[in-house]
Amino acid sequence: MTETMTPGLGASAEIELRGVSKTFRGTASGDVPVLDNVDFRAAPGEFVSVIGPSGCGKSTLFRLIAGLDVADEGDAELNGEPLDPTDHPVAYMPQKDLLLPWRSVMRNVTLPLEVNGVKRAEAAARATELFPLFGLKGFEKAYPYALSGGMRQRAALMRTVIQERPLMLLDEPFGALDSLTRTEMQEFLLDVWAQFGHTIIFITHDIREAIYLSDRIYVMTARPAQVRMVVEVDIPRPRPLDVIATPRFGELEAGLIHALREENQQQEASR
Amino acid sequence: MTNPSTSPAASPPPREREEAAARAQRGRRLHQVARYAPGVLFPLGLLAIWQLYTSAANVDPTVLPEPTRIVEQLFKSRQIAWEHTAQTLKETAVGFTISVVVALLVAVLMDQMGWLRRALYPTLIASQTIPVVAIAPLMIIWFGFGLLPKVLLIVLVTFFPIVVALLDGFAATEREAMDLLRTMGAKRMQIFRLVRFPGALPQMFTGLRISATYAVIAAIFAEYVGAYQGLGIWMSTSKSAFRTDLVFGAITISALISVTLFLLIGVISRFVMPWYYASRRSP
Repeated sequence: MTETMTPGLGASAEIELRGVSKTFRGTASGDVPVLDNVDFRAAPGEFVSVIGPSGCGKSTLFRLIAGLDVADEGDAELNGEPLDPTDHPVAYMPQKDLLLPWRSVMRNVTLPLEVNGVKRAEAAARATELFPLFGLKGFEKAYPYALSGGMRQRAALMRTVIQERPLMLLDEPFGALDSLTRTEMQEFLLDVWAQFGHTIIFITHDIREAIYLSDRIYVMTARPAQVRMVVEVDIPRPRPLDVIATPRFGELEAGLIHALREENQQQEASR
Repeated sequence: MTNPSTSPAASPPPREREEAAARAQRGRRLHQVARYAPGVLFPLGLLAIWQLYTSAANVDPTVLPEPTRIVEQLFKSRQIAWEHTAQTLKETAVGFTISVVVALLVAVLMDQMGWLRRALYPTLIASQTIPVVAIAPLMIIWFGFGLLPKVLLIVLVTFFPIVVALLDGFAATEREAMDLLRTMGAKRMQIFRLVRFPGALPQMFTGLRISATYAVIAAIFAEYVGAYQGLGIWMSTSKSAFRTDLVFGAITISALISVTLFLLIGVISRFVMPWYYASRRSP
């Protein structure tokens, strides 16, 4: 744990996976290979997206990095050292906000600190600094049911950021939001990232979302997922919203649509 | 560094908000009256029909006494009625408290230890199929006329619904929520304390409300087959003395105890889980 307020917030990490494979054994449909020899890398402070047909195993990749599952084969390294999931180097934001309905926003956001034995007063002090930034000032004592979808996601993101972990895994965090709120949240996320400089790995279905946010995009194949291609997004930052209307954006989008459509067809065919 | 584009949620000015709150409260009060009135009017209507029939047809009071007579006689015997009521209340309170505490312990252990759950579950289900009619007299033979057989019968009847409610509540915890806690570094017991247990509270209170009414019935039944005091034995002796009015009086009291317990647990659950009721009110 850090001694002062913010240094941990700014830390970032390098993660590298080499030849990672995973098969789910003994499921209803037999052994299901999910990941096949996946190489993956995110440099310190990089924003990397993972995109692929639904059900291809993107979330499994996350579960491996977060230490929720163990790979059958392959190596995972964090900052050049073997990844030790029991260290919990990763802050994870799942698809659902998973705010606990019996806790106020403040107590939800400070939950990870409480789990790690931080005193309640200190945890609250740390969270209080973040509330204005996340547009939730004045809602500290509110319960989740009283919040809008966008506010709930911001609270969930805040719960992720407050953990001061160098690596953030965001699993389709905006998937359930309407498109306007979603756009706002994308801008908001880029602001937070610019401020804290985490390494972010982001799963999405949405090609535009991936291009708009990322430095690099991993396109996965149909299951068992391999890396089909890696796209460098060479659009300079900061990226205004209308960047999606530029020719370069269009080119990248066309390439990704083409690749994903092929993979989706593969996925359909294999069913 | 850029400043994040926060969007502070617009809140209406204070006065407008107060007025809206007052309006909402008036609305809620009206709404509540409309909601609870039928529940009170229906039994009153039944009583009115009963009263009209018994007085018009001049029914023998040892067969079916008029409601007014029941109230009158109950009031006359209020001293003895209170003594019996106190005994039944005591048994219910002791038995139900023991049942809740033991059920909580057992449910938590069963949730945390799969082998224990698999070992106990069939027996628990079987315990529910034991006819109370058959076991209650045996309990009197084994344990006498005192408090113990009553408490045991109450536990036997109420224990299972509470355990099942808790186990269902624990099992309904979202897997993703537990995974999330794990990535935060939470240990097994922390996950239980922070997610599984609070998430099971709504189910637990449903179980408690149901078994509280069972507890009263079990106490009265145990008394009916053998006791020194209590509403059950009072019903039995009143019946033998053809005091049907007092039998109904005792029934009325036991019904009142059940309803009160039911409501009391509802109040406690509102106090323990305000978030649950608030989230159900909001759309």
